[in-house]
Amino acid sequence: MTTLRKRPAPAADPTPVPGAPRSPGRRGTVLLAGLGVALVLVALLAAGRGQVAISPAEVLGSVLHRLGLDLGPLPSAAQGENALWIVRFPRVLLAAVVGAALGCAGAVMQGVFGNPLAEPGVIGVSAGAAVGAALAIVTGVTVLGGWTVPLAAFAGGLATTYLVYALARSGGRTEVVTLVLTGVAVNAVAGSVIGLLMFVTDQAGVQAIAFWNLGSLAQASWTAVGLAAPCLLVGLAVACADARRLDLLALGEPAARHLGVNTERLRLRLIVVTALPGAAAVAFTGIISFVGLVVPHLIRMVAGPGHRVLLVASALGGAVVVIGADLAARTLVEHQELPLGVLTAVIGGPAFFWLLRRTRDRAGGWG
Amino acid sequence: MSLPRTPRRFAAARPPRPAPAGHVRIRVAGLRVERAGRTVLDGIDLRVRAGEVHALVGPNGAGKSTLLGAISGDVPAAAGRIEVDGLPRESWSPVELAWRRAVLAQRNTLSFPFTVGEVVRMGRAPWAGRPERDQDDAVVADVLERCDVARFAARPYPALSGGEQARAALARVLAQRATTLLLDEPTAALDLRHQELVMHIARERARAGDAVVVVLHDLTLTGAYADTVTLLGDGRVRAAGAPRDVLTAPLLSGVYRYDIDVVPHPRDGLPLIVPRRGRPARPSADEER
Repeated sequence: MTTLRKRPAPAADPTPVPGAPRSPGRRGTVLLAGLGVALVLVALLAAGRGQVAISPAEVLGSVLHRLGLDLGPLPSAAQGENALWIVRFPRVLLAAVVGAALGCAGAVMQGVFGNPLAEPGVIGVSAGAAVGAALAIVTGVTVLGGWTVPLAAFAGGLATTYLVYALARSGGRTEVVTLVLTGVAVNAVAGSVIGLLMFVTDQAGVQAIAFWNLGSLAQASWTAVGLAAPCLLVGLAVACADARRLDLLALGEPAARHLGVNTERLRLRLIVVTALPGAAAVAFTGIISFVGLVVPHLIRMVAGPGHRVLLVASALGGAVVVIGADLAARTLVEHQELPLGVLTAVIGGPAFFWLLRRTRDRAGGWG
Repeated sequence: MSLPRTPRRFAAARPPRPAPAGHVRIRVAGLRVERAGRTVLDGIDLRVRAGEVHALVGPNGAGKSTLLGAISGDVPAAAGRIEVDGLPRESWSPVELAWRRAVLAQRNTLSFPFTVGEVVRMGRAPWAGRPERDQDDAVVADVLERCDVARFAARPYPALSGGEQARAALARVLAQRATTLLLDEPTAALDLRHQELVMHIARERARAGDAVVVVLHDLTLTGAYADTVTLLGDGRVRAAGAPRDVLTAPLLSGVYRYDIDVVPHPRDGLPLIVPRRGRPARPSADEER
């Protein structure tokens, strides 16, 4: 802290000047490594649990064999190999992709709005996606077969995001408060539209909309993974390239502009890259709340608010959380599957309140 | 001079060149600013030169912060032109502007609990990917020391007091090493010692060749540290020039609509600017009992 005056004489070791972490600090590296290990472990565990029990070692063996490595045991249970490759792996992978998308999207949104309470739902991705899905269910359009509902949700999410953004802009600028309030209004309208659609549709439609609103990974497939994963990767890559600029946004938009950031372009770019994975996640699983809100909070507490660690760690953390939550949702009650979105919200709501109080006490509020 | 907006888009970015004292860094001509249909600034002409501390003073609502905002680009101009280093401000890219002017706002909030050290380092952002980046550590350490916040470097910025935050924000602005500093009431939240410290820093930057524009309320502080004073009133320039020409009793009394005395300090002769007060009626000690 007070070692400033003693600046290291030659280029002996990297200067320990305060605030120096030019590469992610040690805490960040340890956190990323830990989350990576946790992700692999929880994925192996989740893939093994279910009606056909397969040990983590056998799961690993099966994967290695497919990769052409003759290592480890193969699943001994009858139909074990099929259960893994047709049902479990797509589900676990989709859970990982959706969780990573939600975690990363939440971190980016909070950075863009400069508000730790912002999340993709705020700008209308979830609500718009829900309207899109409900419309497809009620009108009974099936031109795209089983893909109709997910694609309608995807289109609805992107369209709503753009609408919110367009409404909140004036004079080439976007005030954060206006944007958030517009998001609130759009969410309210979308909620009432869904209510109306549930009112006009028949019993089966109401059930379909309700289930989709609760969030579930039951419809996971390799195709879904194949569509959602690229959305996540593009979003994450663009966001990581903007990590330093996201840090500067914490000073407020004018100050970031004075530091040479083209804030308007940055904001537009980040909203699009968040809408993409966010809508893709919602489209294949319905609404899964809290992940995008609480995971980045937890990461900030451990590794600080710097976005270079935060973005990747939030993606990893989100993946771990959603895989774990889905594992719990399908194994807690015998022969029954709990709605995933409800499960995450039941745990996430109180956790969020706790985080809120704790962060305020520790860091003296959010200034 | 009257270049269209984008002729330099593909030209290489140019860092500012050092300029001799007196070189005009910022030129404002015929500026008018409107807010909600009301004219808040009109007919403003202003030159800010390298090597000078240029104070903007005037009563509340005179338009000091608006003028600073118009120069920095936060407030749109309804008419007139603003030039930075001889070119219209709009013709510079955001990064080129960041090399040329740093801005200290009145309020400096932070959405996430970065440490003071991290916040100050953010001031180095415009120099990323350039040779100047090698000086990052030295510059950050230097400004932390200068602004008397080095001992807070590892603490979260939101946990500091108002005055400490103000100094940390100033440190960030200084770390930017821009050739023009625009400071909006940098002394407002500070105690007496730190007010003097901040104005000393402003003087030092000017001596090193920077142009410093500073909005001040304390006229005595202005008289002690400014080279040039622009007195604003009701959205217009009421007087501009050296402190001894602008900080006069008749002029100030008129603009502030209050009787003001200007007396020389008995020791150093610098002007002391005080409102004329009748001896206020206070209950004497006896009466109080």
